[in-house]
Parts: sequence; structure tokens; C-alpha cells
Amino acid sequence: MDLLEYQGKQLFATFGIPVSEGRAVDSVKEALAAADQVGYPVMVKAQVHAGGRGKAGGVKFAPDAAALEEHANNILGLDIKGHITRIIWIEHASDISEEYYASFTLDRSAKKHLGMLSAQGGVEIEEVAVTDPDAIAKIWIDPVDGLSESDARAWVLAAKLNPDVTDGAVEMLLKLYTAYTDGDCDLAEINPLIVTTEGKVHALDAKVTLDNNAEFRHEWGDFELTQVRDEREQAAHAKGLQYVGLDGTVGVIANGAGLAMSTLDVVNQAGGKPANFLDIGGGANAEVMAGALQVINDDPSVKSIFINIFGGITRGEEVAKGIIGALEMVDISAPIVIRLDGTNAEEGRALLEPHLSEKLQSKPTMLEAAAAAVELAKKN
Amino acid sequence: MSIFVDENTKVVYQGLTGSQGRFYGLRNRDYGTNVVAGTNPKKAGEDVDGIPIFANVADAVKETGANAACIFIPAPGVRSAVMDAAEGGVEFIVCITEGVPAHDEAWFFNKLKRDFPNVRLLGPNCPGIISPGKCNIGITAGEIAKPGGPVGIVSRSGTLTYQALYELKLQDIGVTTCVGIGGDPVPGTSFIDCLEAFEADPDTKAVMMIGEIGGSAEEEAAEFIKNKMSKPVVSYVAGVTAPPGKKMGHAGAIVSGGKGTAAAKMEALEAAGVRVGKNPTEAGELMVEVVREHGWA
Repeated sequence: MDLLEYQGKQLFATFGIPVSEGRAVDSVKEALAAADQVGYPVMVKAQVHAGGRGKAGGVKFAPDAAALEEHANNILGLDIKGHITRIIWIEHASDISEEYYASFTLDRSAKKHLGMLSAQGGVEIEEVAVTDPDAIAKIWIDPVDGLSESDARAWVLAAKLNPDVTDGAVEMLLKLYTAYTDGDCDLAEINPLIVTTEGKVHALDAKVTLDNNAEFRHEWGDFELTQVRDEREQAAHAKGLQYVGLDGTVGVIANGAGLAMSTLDVVNQAGGKPANFLDIGGGANAEVMAGALQVINDDPSVKSIFINIFGGITRGEEVAKGIIGALEMVDISAPIVIRLDGTNAEEGRALLEPHLSEKLQSKPTMLEAAAAAVELAKKN
Repeated sequence: MSIFVDENTKVVYQGLTGSQGRFYGLRNRDYGTNVVAGTNPKKAGEDVDGIPIFANVADAVKETGANAACIFIPAPGVRSAVMDAAEGGVEFIVCITEGVPAHDEAWFFNKLKRDFPNVRLLGPNCPGIISPGKCNIGITAGEIAKPGGPVGIVSRSGTLTYQALYELKLQDIGVTTCVGIGGDPVPGTSFIDCLEAFEADPDTKAVMMIGEIGGSAEEEAAEFIKNKMSKPVVSYVAGVTAPPGKKMGHAGAIVSGGKGTAAAKMEALEAAGVRVGKNPTEAGELMVEVVREHGWA
């Protein structure tokens, strides 16, 4: 789950990381009230799940109320790469002396945490990585040991930050590491990490991705509220399904992420375009299958449905019962092609047999089923 | 022969008293796996269909000689379950559970490497491992695999693993061992671990490797194949058409910053001399071709 900047800053603040005082608001009136509280000059920052906010006109400096009113009016409702700005963050503007970059993420190859620190902050770190890779100091951290103060100090020295702020930077990085680990972040990034004209180290931005698998040990309800999903993803998420919306016409339901991905591949190879990725996962029962069919059925772009099940944890007769049950519950508008194999597949196929028709076909192989589903989608 | 598990493997199921643990534990036993014990700290002394339940893995090992563990514990308990198994004295741990936090996985991967270097962890979020005819640990439907050889299988995806087993069985081709390494960011066992073991196993003549988008495990495997493997490898990588920035179900399956695409992985594998199919069926056919060319079956 990606957090908005202000949510990331709220999270950082709970770990003692210095952030600017600010307020998240959704109207010009509230923006003016917020600025009175935090004190002018202020920054007005669009809160959307997209990068490049500054270039899109979503980040402005306001020395006084008149400027704030103008900027808030312009930014609220602003479209930034397809994301409409509903929330703006008003914070007291900082006097910047230097801009750095700092982040922690998991290095999957090394199977260790990776910290990156650079004196060249404020720009895309990918650009720095290409143009001047030596400008990024990296540290690999064994999760069992954590980040020690002495290692953090050596890391800061390697990044060649202003020597006057070494202590402040070390303290900041240790706190950021704690926020990253205790907060169960996939990514905790500060860009820019600034040094103020008073020599204080300060997080001017916050980019945080949380590991959804760790939600059971956190209170992330407020963060959930601002998640933007397309309507189909919203509906699927509410049913606990793994769904990704795509722009084709063949609705896809499969069990297992690999098989679902593979199903998208064969639909493409058969000359069609998938409308979605949907993994009903392990242990899926009749109810889950019915829910999945409902989500697909509600998508107006779907012209045919391809159900691709290979039974391991999901048993064939449960899949069949789910399809039969769903057909009774909802009026499925698009024709269905099903391919069922694996654990108890024969029992499942036997259950389906009396229900087969032009609107519900069964094919023995994945490729034949894909071809049939694509053909139906084109015909409709 | 087979890799990692065989007829001498004795398994303790952590979470055997839960519904999933019971279903698959008993199913594995029906297949012929030596299911010797279960654990549940609150139910020590009881049994599940005749299988004794112990408070922890150490007790199970002491009483039954278990040398492997299979975890069916919900995600919040996995970190301590893995440590219970390692401290209990088993050498092989299979973790089926999905939804384990990435930081927990990174932690116990490094903890095992340091304090229990002889313990192999498979998973989390994997279907398990089957040496057909000998031992089946996990959720694979055993009847879709033909025992024997000459093929070894290693895969990041559960259902695609079953698909591969099935395609080979239809062609009357046997499998020495089929390993599902799982789709999470920090798998306990990597492609390379399995390729290395298959290379050393005399009964495995060829290997089928099934990858997916995200990370760089396939590229690293390609490097290993190029430099260290003499046996032929056939591969398939799922997610050719996956859009960037969208997690495709598995926590590890995401194309980000132009890295981890299926195209790049297939290219790396082909450059290493691997025959790559563009869908699971085609990969199955390529494997059959390799086996027939060499007269292995």
C-alpha cells in the first residue's frame, strides 16, 4: 500500500523523524485556516499517488494568504497523471541549505535491507544512479543485526555529506531505519532530506510503501481510506480477491498467481485482450468463485469469461459448485469457457456436465479454452 | 534418486490440528509420505487420525525421529514456527503459508543462514515439494505426477508447477523431484539451490524451470546455468503481458522501474542456452522433445 506524502510524514513523526508542521485539507477555507496555524510562508502540496507533482504544478510556495488562496484553488481538482487532487498538504516552508536523498528497501538478490544515501537529493534517484552512480552510498544491512550507529556513521561519511551535519544525519538515518523495520515498509524514502539554514536535518518529503502482508500487526485503517483503486478493483478488494484491472474484453479467473498470469499470456497469444487479472487463490470455495464471477460480470467491457482452474489447494468440485451457485445467484451476461484440471477435477467436470450450454462451455486444455474465449469475445 | 526429500524423510506438521493442516497432512500420508507427528502447544498428547501431537518440534523429533517439518501455521505465527522447527532439530522446513510479512522472511532467512546453516527452508508461500512415489510434502495433488525421472522441476508458481507435472505425465515422462520455491520476495530456497542439487542428482537428466515476473532470480539462474550446468534446461516465464507497477498476486511478482520483465528473463535464459516456451504447454512440449531426443523416456 502506497501512502500519500502527509501520511508518510505522520508515520515518520511517530518514530521521531523531524518533519514540518502541517495540515491535510480539502478546501481553500481549511487551507487558509491551516496556514494561520502553521505560520506563513507555507508550501501547498498536492496529495496524490503519483510522482512528478512539482512539474505538474502541484507544489507551490505561498508567502501570504492571497498567494495561498490562488494556489489552493488551482491545485484542488488538478489532474496529475490521471490522479485528481482531492487533498492538499499545507506546511510551513523550510529554509533549505542542502538537499540529500535517503531510503531503505529490501534487496531481493542480497536478501538484506539496502540503505541508499546521496548528497545529490531533490531529483530522481534513478537519474543519479545512471549519470553518477558513485554519488550514491549503499549499505547492506543484515535484518538480524539491524543498523548500528557505527555502521550508520561510516555510511554517512561515505556519502560525503556536509561534515557539519554528520551527527544529525546519523540520528536521522537510525530513526528512518526503525520506521522502515518497525513500520513494516517495503520502501521508506526521504527525497529531499534537507539541511536547513540553521543546520538541522529534516524530512521535507516522505515516500512510503507498506507491506500489506503485515497489516495484522498495525493500525492502518486511516491509510486505507485514501487508497485510490478503480471501481472494479475496489469491489474485488472488498471480497478479498487478488484483482488487477486491465483494458481488454476477456474476463479472466484463475487459481494461483502464476496460472492467472499465464492465462493473460495465452489470451494474448490467442489474439485477444484480457480485461483483468483475478487470482481466486488457495482454498477458494463456492462463495469465493461466486464473488469472482460477480466482479467480472459487473465489468461492462467483458465480452467473454475464461475460468482457468488447476486444482491443488482448490478442489475441482468446489470450483464447479461455485460456478453453478454463481449462475443461480447472478445473471451472468457474458458466455463462460471453463478449463478444469487437477485435484478432484473429474468430480468437478461431472457436476458441471448437466449445466453445459452455449453460455457455459468446457474445454480440456488451456490453449483451446483461451482460443474459444477469445473467439466468443470477438463475436459479442 | 531425488533431491531434498525421499522415502526416508519423516515429517512433522506444524498446524496439523488446523483444517488446512489436517486436510493436506492426511492427504500427504495417504500418498505415502511418512507423516510422523504434528505440533500444537495446547494439544500435546492428543492425536489427529492416529498421528501424535506434540507441544513443539523438538519433542516430536525426540519421540519420532522426524527430520523435516511442514508449516501450515497462519502468517502471524510463521516466524516463530520456522525457529521452532530449526531449533527442534529438523534439517528441512517447508512453509506453505502465504501472506508472511517480507521483513519476517528476510529476518528468518538470515537467522537460519547464520545459526542453522545445515537447515534448508522451502517457501514461504509455496506449494511444497514432491519426489513422486516417495514423498509429498505440501499441497500438490500427488496423482498428477509420474514417479521416476528423468526430469526435475523447479518453479516459483504453485499451479504452474502442477500444470508442468501434468503435461509430462500425459506424455508418460517421470519426475525425480518437483520443487515449488514460492512467489515471495525472500524465498528460503532459490532456483540456483535447486539447479545445483539437480545437477548433482544422477537420475535427473534434464530440468524444467518455471519463473515469473519480478526480481532477478531468473537472471541469476541463467548465469548459473551458463557457467555451472551440463544438463539441459527448459523454461517458461509467466507474465509476458503483465503491465508495469501492478503486483500480479504474488508479493514478488511486480515489474518496477523497467526491471523484472518476462522478456528480459527469457532473453537471459535463452542466452544461457535454455529452451524457452512462450506458454506452459509449449514449455511442456519442449521438455518432451529434449527427453525424446536423448532417448531418456
